[in-house]
Amino acid sequence: MAVSTDHERVEPAATHGRKPVVIVDDVHVEYKVFATGKRATAADRRVIKLGRTKQLRTVHALKGVSFTAYEQDSIGVIGTNGSGKSTLMRAIVGLTPTSRGAIYASSRPSLLGVGAALMRDLSGERNIILGGLAMGFTLDEIEASYDDIVAFSGIEKFIDLPMRAYSSGMTARLKFALASVQTHDILIVDEALAVGDRKFRARSEARIREIRDNAGTVFLVSHSMQSIKDTCSRVIWLDQGTLVMDGEPDEVIDAYNESQDK
Amino acid sequence: MTTAEDAARLGLHKVGGRPPLRAYVSEVWRRRVFIFSMARFRIESENQQNSLGMFWVILKPLLNALVYGLIFGFLLGSNSRPDHFVEFLIIGVFIFEFFSQAWTAGGKSITNNAALVQSLAFPRMVLPLAAVTQRFLQFLPTVGIMLVFLLINGNPPDFHWLLIVPLFFLYFLFNCGLALVTARLSVHWRDLNNFLPFLTRLFFYTTGIFFSIEERFGPRPEDNYDGHPLVLKIAAAQPIHEFLTLARSALLQGPGYGFNERYWLYAIAWSIGLLAFGTWFFWRAEERYGRVD
Repeated sequence: MAVSTDHERVEPAATHGRKPVVIVDDVHVEYKVFATGKRATAADRRVIKLGRTKQLRTVHALKGVSFTAYEQDSIGVIGTNGSGKSTLMRAIVGLTPTSRGAIYASSRPSLLGVGAALMRDLSGERNIILGGLAMGFTLDEIEASYDDIVAFSGIEKFIDLPMRAYSSGMTARLKFALASVQTHDILIVDEALAVGDRKFRARSEARIREIRDNAGTVFLVSHSMQSIKDTCSRVIWLDQGTLVMDGEPDEVIDAYNESQDK
Repeated sequence: MTTAEDAARLGLHKVGGRPPLRAYVSEVWRRRVFIFSMARFRIESENQQNSLGMFWVILKPLLNALVYGLIFGFLLGSNSRPDHFVEFLIIGVFIFEFFSQAWTAGGKSITNNAALVQSLAFPRMVLPLAAVTQRFLQFLPTVGIMLVFLLINGNPPDFHWLLIVPLFFLYFLFNCGLALVTARLSVHWRDLNNFLPFLTRLFFYTTGIFFSIEERFGPRPEDNYDGHPLVLKIAAAQPIHEFLTLARSALLQGPGYGFNERYWLYAIAWSIGLLAFGTWFFWRAEERYGRVD
C-alpha cells in the first residue's frame, strides 16, 4: 500500500466539503519499447532476459503525479505533445497499468478519444442502443433518451448508416452524445472535441458544464485554451510526465503560455 | 492514514482492480439484453453485406454437406461407414459448423472490439458471450433444415427428437466456456487466432463427422481385428464426439444409435465444467483486456 506523506497530496484550497471522486497517488507509468519502435510484450521481455540482444528503452511517461479530483470539478489537462496527458487519462480509466503508485475512483469512467467508431459495421442507431446497454442502461431508459442523444449528436440524417461511413467528426459527435448521457459520473474527453465543428464544440462545452453542475466530474484534454477557459474550473499542467501546476484556469494557462512563448 | 485507507473510507475503488467474481457475474447477467441485441444486430449487418442475405445461414452448411458428401460418400469408399450415412454426415457437418464458427468468433471477440473496450466501461465477458450467441442464433435455422431433411429421407419423428433441446443447450454452454478461455488466451497471445483454423480442421477430421470412430476402431470379429481400445477411450472423452453421437442417437434409429447415458453425463460435465472454468479464467484478467501495452 502506498504511503503518502502530507506534502505529496495536492489539496486545492477550496473544496467546499465536496466529495473526492478520483485520487491519483504518486503515479508512475513506464513503457518498455524496442528502439525499433515495437512495443515490448511480456514474452519479449522474457526473451531478453535469456540474453538475446535487442535495444529495449524505457519511456518514463509519468513521473510521480498526484492530485485529487472532486465532484463538480471540471479539470482541464494541458501540456505539450508527449507530456503524458493521454497516458494519465488512460491510467485513470485503467487502460494503462501504473508501474508505481495507485489511482482510486468512485466508478469506472468513460473515455472519449479521437479515433475508432465503437462498432463500425453497425449503424449509428445500433451503436447508441448497444453502447447504452453496455453501460448498464435498460432498453426503456435508452428509448427515453434516444431522441436526445441523436438530436445532440446532430447526425439525424446518417443515423441509419453503418459507422464505417462516418467522418471522424461525426464519430466523435456520436460518441460524445452517447457517453455524456451518463450523468453523475466521471467523463474523460481526450481531444475528442477537436475534430468537431464550432457549433458542436459549443454544444458539447455546454454539456460538460451541465454534467459538472449535476455533481459529475469531467476531465478535458485539449490544446484549445479557449475551450478550457470556457468549461473548466481547474487546470492541471503536465510537462514531461510531472505535474507542473494545478490551480485556477487563468493562472495556470497564463503560466503555460508564458513558458511556451519563451 | 494512508491514501489507500482514505480512498476506501470515501468509497473509492482502486482503478485496474476487478470486482469479486459473484458481483462480476451478476453484472454480466444484468447485460443479457446487450448480449442478445449485439448478436441480433451483427447477424443483420452481416446479412446486409451479402446479396443472398439471411439465406447464407442455411446455404453454407448445405453446401458443406454437399461437398463432403461428394468426397466422402462418393469418391472415397470407406469400410467405416455407418447406417444412414447421409443423415449421419448431415448431422455431423451441421452441428460441427456451429462449434467451429463459435470458437473462431469467440476467440477474436475481445481483440476485434478494441475500440468498444477502450471507450466504455462494462464487464468484458459480454463480448465472447455475444459472439457465441450470434453463432447459436445462426445455428438454429440450420437445425430446422436438418430436421426437414431427416423427415424427407424417411426418418419418422419420435419423442427422442426432443432430446436435442437439452443437448443443444449444453452444447451452447460448452461453446461459451471455450470462447471465454480462447478470448483471454488470444489477448495474451495474438498468434492464437492464426492457429484456430488449423485446430478446428484437426477436430473436423478426427471427430468422426464422415466416418464412425466406433466402426473404424471398434473390434470386428469377422476380420480378426481386435480394435483399438485407446482410440475409443480418447473419443469417448472428446466432447465434440460426445455431442455428435448424442445428437445422432436422438435423431436417428437403428443399431449404433441407442441412448447413451454415459455420454450424457460426460456432456453435462464438459459443458458445466468448461463454462465455470472459462468464467473464472476470463474474469481473472478482466483489467487486462483494454490495455494498450
